[in-house]
Amino acid sequence: MTSRRLLYVLPLVLLAAAGAGFWAMLTGMQRGSFDPRGVPSALIGRPAPAFTLPALEGSGKPGLSSEDIRAAAREGPVLVNFFASWCIPCLVEHPNLMRLAAEGVAVFGINYRAGGRDDPGAVEWLRRHGDPYRRIGVDHGGRVAIDFGTYGVPETFLIDREGIIRWRMAGPITDQVLADELRPLLRRYR
Amino acid sequence: MVGPDSDATTGSGALRRGRGGRARPPIFLAAALLAFAVSSSAQAVLDPREMLPDPAQEARAREIGRGLRCLVCQNQSIDDSNAELARDLRRIVRERIAAGDTDEEVVRFVVDRYGEFVLLKPPLNAMTIALWASPAVLFGLGALSAWLYLRRRRPAPGAPAELSAEERARLKGLLTE
Repeated sequence: MTSRRLLYVLPLVLLAAAGAGFWAMLTGMQRGSFDPRGVPSALIGRPAPAFTLPALEGSGKPGLSSEDIRAAAREGPVLVNFFASWCIPCLVEHPNLMRLAAEGVAVFGINYRAGGRDDPGAVEWLRRHGDPYRRIGVDHGGRVAIDFGTYGVPETFLIDREGIIRWRMAGPITDQVLADELRPLLRRYR
Repeated sequence: MVGPDSDATTGSGALRRGRGGRARPPIFLAAALLAFAVSSSAQAVLDPREMLPDPAQEARAREIGRGLRCLVCQNQSIDDSNAELARDLRRIVRERIAAGDTDEEVVRFVVDRYGEFVLLKPPLNAMTIALWASPAVLFGLGALSAWLYLRRRRPAPGAPAELSAEERARLKGLLTE
């Protein structure tokens, strides 16, 4: 009799477990720490891919190569940020990139141009919202973006002193992400 | 997270123009929807300029492309998707084939960058064994519970005992009454 009674409680227990799971996912989505479409990066723990990209004309900044990243990384962890002027979430994270750059963190930009699409507004966008980048490379055809395993913008990679990719954020670096994830990592790899 | 041209956000040029305009009569909406349906299916097919000159190589590229997930749309292959990332990946697949890579080398090139999630058909390994085994396990559990249930319902074995002479006489009396 008792086992039969337990059977009646079982659906309730399953329902409670499912509810707890959904609640955790929804709060995670709200805080930006959980992305249901998120894909873990295959590059974590591996050296940053080798590349050389031309400068963004009119930005007044030099182009970007993996050698530049490696040289800057010897001084401390660096960020490589894929951005585009048409990308709204890029605008969301932009103040945080500006803040980090002002604090002395080396932030490198890669202007994302997948599928042969141009980004004619990039220079104007940086002029209007500020330019946090030490160097900016233009990725015509999205080849470097694919070498980094990105699937949209913004995406940001943290590279340590040895040139190893330690962290990837697919999506904007919100205040929450900055405080909970990026700042502790910047301290750890300092 | 915004893809450069995820189907849901920008889609075809026809739809974008329709969305940008002011309110229009329903006939326009119908026309726009029809144009969208036609253009999206037409665009999903490969641009002829992307194709390799060698039909055998092109067939290999198609086969590989059908097995690779477009990470912008996630449930489409790069062969079916008109997202810009899918287009770039299709081009890279063709470049590698033209450079003499085997199919396995091309797939490994993409998996090295995007992880195994990019494979629409997950490989059988320690990480995915639960996924692959679950149909067989669930079928086994179902069969087991069905067998246990049916066995419990089955009547007790052995035919009922023969009627005794006394019982037979009583039955006869009842029937002739």
